[in-house]
Amino acid sequence: MQNPNNCAIELRNIRKTFGSVVANDGINLKINKGEILCLLGENGSGKTTLMNMLSGIYQPDSGEILKDGKQISIRSPKDSYAYSIGMIHQHYHLVDVFTAAQNIILGLDEKLNLSLVNDRVKEICDKYGFDIDPKKKVYDMSVSQKQTIEIVKTLYRGAEILILDEPTAVLTPQETDKLFKVLRNMKADGKAIVLITHKLAEVLDVSDKVAILRKGKYIGTVNTKESTAQSLTDMMVGHAVTLNINRPLYENPKDRLVINGLTVFDGEGVKRLDDVTFSMKGGEILGVAGVAGSGQRELLEAITGLYPIKNGSILFKGDNGDKELVGKTPRQIREIGVGMGFVPEDRLGMGLVGSMGMTKNMMLRSWKQGKSVFVNKKSPETLAKHVWDELEVVTPSTAFPVRRMSGGNIQKVLVGREIASAPPVLLTAYAVRGLDINTSYAIYNLLTEQKMKGAAVMYVGEELDVLLELCDRILVLCGGKVSGIVDARHTTKEEIGFMMTTVGGKK
Amino acid sequence: MSERISTPFIKLSKREGMKPAVIWSIRIGSILFAFILGMIPLMMAGANPFASYGIIISGSLSKKFVIQQTIKRAIPLLGCALAIAPCFKMKFWNIGAEGQITMGAIFASAIAIWSGPNVPRFVLLILMLIAGIIGGAIWGFIPGFFKAKYNTNETLFTLMMNYIAIGIVKYLQGGPWEGRQGTQIIPMFNKNARLPNVWGVYCGWIIVLVMVVLVHIYMNFTKQGYEVSVIGDSLNTARYAGMNVGWVMMRTMILSGAIAGVVGWMLVSGANGTLNSDVAGGVGFTSITVAWLSQLNAFAMILIAMILAIIGKGSATLQTRLNVPSSVADIISGILLFCMLGCEFFINYRMSFNFKAITAKFHKEAK
Repeated sequence: MQNPNNCAIELRNIRKTFGSVVANDGINLKINKGEILCLLGENGSGKTTLMNMLSGIYQPDSGEILKDGKQISIRSPKDSYAYSIGMIHQHYHLVDVFTAAQNIILGLDEKLNLSLVNDRVKEICDKYGFDIDPKKKVYDMSVSQKQTIEIVKTLYRGAEILILDEPTAVLTPQETDKLFKVLRNMKADGKAIVLITHKLAEVLDVSDKVAILRKGKYIGTVNTKESTAQSLTDMMVGHAVTLNINRPLYENPKDRLVINGLTVFDGEGVKRLDDVTFSMKGGEILGVAGVAGSGQRELLEAITGLYPIKNGSILFKGDNGDKELVGKTPRQIREIGVGMGFVPEDRLGMGLVGSMGMTKNMMLRSWKQGKSVFVNKKSPETLAKHVWDELEVVTPSTAFPVRRMSGGNIQKVLVGREIASAPPVLLTAYAVRGLDINTSYAIYNLLTEQKMKGAAVMYVGEELDVLLELCDRILVLCGGKVSGIVDARHTTKEEIGFMMTTVGGKK
Repeated sequence: MSERISTPFIKLSKREGMKPAVIWSIRIGSILFAFILGMIPLMMAGANPFASYGIIISGSLSKKFVIQQTIKRAIPLLGCALAIAPCFKMKFWNIGAEGQITMGAIFASAIAIWSGPNVPRFVLLILMLIAGIIGGAIWGFIPGFFKAKYNTNETLFTLMMNYIAIGIVKYLQGGPWEGRQGTQIIPMFNKNARLPNVWGVYCGWIIVLVMVVLVHIYMNFTKQGYEVSVIGDSLNTARYAGMNVGWVMMRTMILSGAIAGVVGWMLVSGANGTLNSDVAGGVGFTSITVAWLSQLNAFAMILIAMILAIIGKGSATLQTRLNVPSSVADIISGILLFCMLGCEFFINYRMSFNFKAITAKFHKEAK
């Protein structure tokens, strides 16, 4: 704007490798002041790596970073701040027992004067339309408030260039709107903003320019106005992807899991599920919608025997009669012959063992089988190879630690294992979170395949468009209660959105 | 831009896929480097470092008798490292091996002391072994139980248990088991309660070598070993996989205590022939070094235990020959630990030097 040279920072021919993996190669990028740039790319295309080089976490192997026409090198996050670059990571780095203001000044070499800090924080908030109380403790805050602190933290340090790594992944639609409003305010103030995201709708909504990476390579930058969801997808994946999810109809679905009056409390005595009643049918994908933290995790963990249940019943209607699952441990559930696949939200923290390879991760489901004191490595190894081929997992070997794989590949390993035994009940939580379009569709197809084999599939998701296209029925949770169950073929996004915020969804 | 921010001279990057041969040569190189650094304290103690190393080697490996002495030192170190390996794999920080050894030793000694001279040697030794295992296992089970049920801090708990065990021995020494009044010494066991020697060293060395193989198999090929590794990585994943985390913790601590109990049994019936409060003598702690340096690999523990035994035995000789305090052994062991743990950094990261930046800076300063 004021500056004729509008470029805040420029990357030239950046290359970065991790061992033999080329994460970034030949990247050229111009980040302009007063502009929102979206960085778009499939999983493992090197978006986060690239931005981490701007925030001083990594250094490029070769290539140049220029600020105001001068070559710079960013060796640490501290350097990054000195160049007024601020990055808001996917996972927040906050101290729970500190207040917002204390977190904001954490690590700064300045005299501790909290009232001054509070004033300055207020000033920043007013300027851009943030809404936080600097004296509130972090443990009392919602995810979106925590994110706000992270953003204010960078602004407090004088950031002119803000990088946000998938900021909307954890937000409700309303919170997302609020965030975008703030981003627009900052843009009007001449800040340069980089947004890493997978959601095309958001890209089209908020950005001015879109830079596309594919497999670590720079594909190009386009003006958002001149592009469509289809054209961006084409650039991102290299070939056209049908946006329609295949949804075949299974004839005559029967009740498989009948849940009645399920009520659970967490460790602090807060009611997390309140009289939840519904059924899952074989040959059907039941979608579960709801704002984050409405009881989705508790519901899945209660069904799988991982969460203590206060009241209610979970009845499995199998071929050999009905079985009650309440009060049983995961192992007991398996021992009474109820096959249940579970893809938990926390992939490495719950579904997989990060330090182990594919083979030993396949073993997580089968390790107990047989009377021998020794583990059977042969069948997991066969299964690992099968998943490796079938789902096109990118890994050097079946012994390569899954922690070092990209998010999409980690998820393929997990889903591959869970569907391997063709379980009559398959529960998935945010199965495509953070995954690129191609992998997401691969996952949708796998779930539909299971459904057509007669499995009762539960899909807990966050993108309503996907829920509407993939599922047969959608259960909407609101504050731990069932807000309603609707037919996915005859409902609208608005209807579900309303049920998410109001129990019953009546106006 | 400010001067503070300049091109980095040294750049670190993660690396993968190093050949095992290279990795091991780096590790061996770090051991050599540690011995070079170790010359500094030797010189400060007024000794010729080369001569000192010569004495350490000759004092621990030159003659049949001293080799036997060195092996005698290595046996409990190795055995105890095997005991704590499953716990450490589970990220259960058991630093109470000292107490578990002592408890095993007490139980084994009880059998030796109470049995008459008429119990056949083989039967008596087996009974002592079983008693030792039970003693160690109880001492391991207690902190395991409290951790599993009440999530108590296992580090403090196991540490405190050490002092209780040692206190019990002190009581027995001065009380019920005291030999001649006022000596505070428990008399030597009768012959039947002593482990036979094989090639000049009590046969514990065969037992620990067998245990190396067993522990290796346990950790890598059994269901229980798999449970231990999964719990060590993530508790939630273990629960998800249907593992009974609390029970596995207790079971692993029982196993760990039992192995330590075997070590205690070997120490009283093999090495010492009697019980005293110094029976573990710091082995429970030194073996933590052994376990870490070998990265919980049972076979690597043989080598590490031998190296530490050589330094320990050799520097005892050093003290008598050159009047260098034998605590120099602790310093050298410390340097060794530092270098060997430090070298993992070079295995995991690549360093590249930016010579252009260095020369540029050099030129600037020259001007």
